[in-house]
Amino acid sequence: MLKDITLGQYFPGNSPIHRLDPRTKLILLVVYIVILFVASGPVSYCLCLGFLAACIAVSKIPPKSFLRGMKPLIFLMCFTGIMNLFFTGGETLLVKFWIIHIYLEGVIRAVYMILRFIALICATFLLTYTTSPIALTDALESLLRPLGKLGLPVHELAMMMCIALRFIPTLLEETDKIMSAQKARGADFETGSLIQRVKALIPILVPLFISAFRRADELATAMECRCYQGGEGRTKMKQLRYGRLDASAFAVTLAVLAGSIALTVFGL
Amino acid sequence: MSQAIKTEKLCFTYPGVEDTPGVAVFDGLDLTVDEGDFVAVLGGNGSGKSTLAKHFNAILLPTGGTVWVCGLDTSREENLIPIRRQVGMVFQNPDNQIVANVVEEDVAFGPENLGIPSGEIRQRVDAALNQVGMYAYRQHAPHLLSGGQKQRVAIAGILAMAPKCVVLDEPTAMLDPKGRREVLDTVLQLNREKGITVVLITHHMDEAAKAKRVVILDQGRIAAQGTPAQVFSQVDLLHSLGLAAPETVELCHALNAEGYSLPLDRLDAESCAQAILDAITGEETT
Repeated sequence: MLKDITLGQYFPGNSPIHRLDPRTKLILLVVYIVILFVASGPVSYCLCLGFLAACIAVSKIPPKSFLRGMKPLIFLMCFTGIMNLFFTGGETLLVKFWIIHIYLEGVIRAVYMILRFIALICATFLLTYTTSPIALTDALESLLRPLGKLGLPVHELAMMMCIALRFIPTLLEETDKIMSAQKARGADFETGSLIQRVKALIPILVPLFISAFRRADELATAMECRCYQGGEGRTKMKQLRYGRLDASAFAVTLAVLAGSIALTVFGL
Repeated sequence: MSQAIKTEKLCFTYPGVEDTPGVAVFDGLDLTVDEGDFVAVLGGNGSGKSTLAKHFNAILLPTGGTVWVCGLDTSREENLIPIRRQVGMVFQNPDNQIVANVVEEDVAFGPENLGIPSGEIRQRVDAALNQVGMYAYRQHAPHLLSGGQKQRVAIAGILAMAPKCVVLDEPTAMLDPKGRREVLDTVLQLNREKGITVVLITHHMDEAAKAKRVVILDQGRIAAQGTPAQVFSQVDLLHSLGLAAPETVELCHALNAEGYSLPLDRLDAESCAQAILDAITGEETT
């Protein structure tokens, strides 16, 4: 069933990572990416990966779900690894075969790149696994607010994201219904060539779009009825507030950043 | 008693597209809804029920005449927001009026728009959810609720804005019998306990029978109005408008055609059964 798709893959919970302010998590993700790119030696890499592993352990999210999330990206990871393996020059030649030269430096670099990739993906997943989509939207709106002064419609963007998230399950359900109705009248979505199957989707998309527009119209009326006038003068029920937990999270992450810079300076 | 809603010689014509002429819906409609009243508006398809409802909230503006809502003229633009704060609107399709993907966030949407401080929003949301009996579901995703529950969430979203009047446009049309009962009971409770004026647009006679006053629209004109007992006893008029009376009245009407003389103002099963029993026992004694 299409309905069973989980959205944003949020795992509800009450771990310290879950309780962090979503803005903190977003900012710290960016900081962590910086840390990853600063790290250059084995010790600093261990520090990065150890820090991430500790965060995952604290969040109590089953590590298996990270592996599952990584599956679609395996090809990209291998590709990056192989490219680095073959095209990195160096001094210690390991393999020489036809035009392929593999150096020790290339092997090390490939391993580092793959590790960096894995850490990057896991850190991003940690954010989406521990933060509900609505909290993420709120955080984005709050962090981007300064850009509002430059004319970026921050509130409108956040509202659009929120409504899109809200209607994904509704539209999936509707797609399901339309497909059943078409199947009942003999439509065939499963067999035939790729082109035939794509063509078979058109009778689904047309009613789906029409109904989506009708929904949008009704929703706009309903929102107007509830005095929606854009972001100006609007308050929030749940206000984001930085707490002591956020302060300690910042302190720990910045310490890791400092550590990894120091290690890099000493070439470790 | 002051009037919550009043239309004076309301005219409304849907504008035509390109060369086609517009469709006139109302031509001089006068209707008043008193404060604290519970008015059911009935009518067949195309009778103008929903168009009328949209005038009570300034979604549509009259092309002639005036609509007064809580003493405010809907055609003046500066009255728009004050009117929408006073009159909440619930629509037919519960899916298309829920904005957020958490129940309590959706209920908070209205008060947030009004710029109410966050502490008070919290109180209002909790009170509104308790009022409609959905507090236990406050953290749920709306798409996992039943139709009746979604519609109650929509009502809570209106209540959190503390309106004086609620207009419901066929709120039960897409619901199963259980959902219909849930929604109707909620609406009745609001009217009785909180004194909120209710305008219920419907095509279910048994729902209209629970109102204090019934208005029957036909082709943009009021065909009949009065208490449910007064209106529904005019069975022949209802039939000529393509409507049916509540089942109990229809039963009495059919029996009367067979030679009985039963009253036509019995709107619930119990009093109807009593009336029939009285008629039968009366017949035996004479």
